[in-house]
Amino acid sequence: MTEQPNNNDNARRYWARNLRLLVTFLVIWWVVSYGAGIIFVDALDGITIPGTGFPLGFWFAQQGSIYVFVALIFLYSWLMNKLDKEFDVHED
Amino acid sequence: MDVQAWTFLIVGGTFALYIGIAIWSRANTTGDFYIAGRGVHPVVNGMATGADWMSAASFISMAGLISFMGYDGAVYLMGWTGGYVLLALLLAPYLRKFGKFTVPDFVGDRYYSNGARIVAVVCAVFVSFTYVAGQMRGVGVVFSRFLEVDINVGVGIGMAIVFFYAVLGGMKGITYTQAAQYCVLIFAYLVPAIFISILLTDKYIPQIGFGANLAGDIGSRVAGGETITLMDKLNQLNTELGFAEYTSGKKSMLDVLCITGALMAGTAGLPHVIVRFYTVPKVRDARISAGWALFFIALLYTTAPAVAAFARTNLIDTVSDASYAEAEGEKSIPQWFKTWEDTGLLAWVDKNEDGKVQYVAGAALAGKPAFTDERGTHGQRMVSNSNSETKNELYVDRDIIVLANPEIANLPAWVIALVAAGGLAAALSTAAGLLLVVSTSVSHDLLKRVFVPSITEKQELLAARIAAAFAVLIAGYFGINPPGFVAQVVAFAFGLACSSFFPAIILGIFVKRANREGVVSGMLAGIIFTASYIIYFKFMGGTPDQLWFGISPEGIGALGMLINFAVAFVVSRFTPPPPIEIQELVEHIRVPSGASGPSAMH
Repeated sequence: MTEQPNNNDNARRYWARNLRLLVTFLVIWWVVSYGAGIIFVDALDGITIPGTGFPLGFWFAQQGSIYVFVALIFLYSWLMNKLDKEFDVHED
Repeated sequence: MDVQAWTFLIVGGTFALYIGIAIWSRANTTGDFYIAGRGVHPVVNGMATGADWMSAASFISMAGLISFMGYDGAVYLMGWTGGYVLLALLLAPYLRKFGKFTVPDFVGDRYYSNGARIVAVVCAVFVSFTYVAGQMRGVGVVFSRFLEVDINVGVGIGMAIVFFYAVLGGMKGITYTQAAQYCVLIFAYLVPAIFISILLTDKYIPQIGFGANLAGDIGSRVAGGETITLMDKLNQLNTELGFAEYTSGKKSMLDVLCITGALMAGTAGLPHVIVRFYTVPKVRDARISAGWALFFIALLYTTAPAVAAFARTNLIDTVSDASYAEAEGEKSIPQWFKTWEDTGLLAWVDKNEDGKVQYVAGAALAGKPAFTDERGTHGQRMVSNSNSETKNELYVDRDIIVLANPEIANLPAWVIALVAAGGLAAALSTAAGLLLVVSTSVSHDLLKRVFVPSITEKQELLAARIAAAFAVLIAGYFGINPPGFVAQVVAFAFGLACSSFFPAIILGIFVKRANREGVVSGMLAGIIFTASYIIYFKFMGGTPDQLWFGISPEGIGALGMLINFAVAFVVSRFTPPPPIEIQELVEHIRVPSGASGPSAMH
């Protein structure tokens, strides 16, 4: 088990990197749900996903946003594990 | 074997499994009882979280709701899944690092205040009881519909089962039973969905069939020789009958935004969900476990809108202008219509006396059907309701969409029995998780942390068990005598979670400067605002034209949350910063290393 980093600077830089990741991910989260699924739904409904009957906005609201949510969490988790190692703040 | 025999067999078998797991995973310490000894594998925790989260409402009612709401159903689909992104990114890893046992633990310690702790406990208990009443009722309803026992007997059986594994096994028992219950409920949900998908679109995957051309046994009949997608046909059918287009909504955009926001933040702030992330061994397990949880939840949540669309298409096509009595060479209603009419979930009033079902937009009856013992000229059950003005003759309870699916698709008896077992698994697993929050709040947050700090581990464990037992009894009481306002108070559960816990926890992690004065006043402002709005519109007869900007009570928590954030932020600025050890605690929870220490507070 690693000791808690004594180096305050290391912890601060780790946190800053994490915040940057969080902002990026939350922007994507917001865009696929509130953006594509709600605010721009009427505009996107003008497009039908090729080969299906889904209006694009409706699809994002009832299917697509959920798939993106799942992917976001796994991706964030993977990137954070890498970040933990890079800054030597991982658990074992 | 007939449906009933199958139901006894499958429901009995699953119950035996739950009891077996409970005996195998008995809790010996408070750590076992509260957080399963922090030894739960992240995938197992994901399954358990899925079952914990998906209630009788998700399993039985959600697809039906969406079926009648069309696009607007997205508020539930996005609202009840998007919260997991917030959980995984903003809450779970840090709360896991903080350690301890409960949400009030975090609020009380981070804001160095027993006042804040007690506000949190009261919210947690209120939210949990609100929710659990509906679950016990759900158990009773499933029993009465599938096994033809009295609802109260059903509630009693459900209580006995939950009592057994929650009191004996605590979180440890609940976790492993929930994982098993997840498997039962997802199997029970997917099997009929896949069959329906094949019947309507000839696709094995409902999520794909949802967007495909109509094909297959029922699908070709509906399409009537045309090549047309299910979506287009459904829009067509809806419009012809005077309903809104399926793929467009009726709610205002602001209302949809607010409801989705309140459900997302509310999900992330529900204590019975948050506490599941205390049970995994490491911080990184908490992150990935939220991913697994959402993956397992998404299996059901992406299937539900497909089922909704299939069932809606099939329903309209089957009943519209069908004659009630068998008639030579004419379209007549199928057998399942009569079966569900007998249970009171369907009602038909022949307003224009042509013997055919006219199904168009508008309510058929004033209120829920009140059946009399008489039969009409065509053999239909008569109701004593006064007819409404509309031409619509058909009352359809939304629950029927999931419950009747197997019969609509002509599936074998064992599938119908499976749906019963799935509904019970969904209701029982959620009830158990909620009851544990109540019991922990009493034994740990109130007794151990506030009133009797000298209590020993053994006494605390005993107190937890007694509290769990009482909680089961109270929940059972509400299940047998449901307060008339259960449906209304669900808005409360999310509104409160979202306007109280969510901002308090986020600020506690991300804003070091957030202090006791700020967060307590923020929580109070958020709760008072949200509660007054909901009480005014749900219980004091507020009318829709009085709504602020058209925001419905279900969505007001989103505004309450913003008020909470704003008040907490401003008050924190003008009051002394938190003590130095609290600032160190915040630094400590932000990095994963050192999580396995006995306590986060030094």
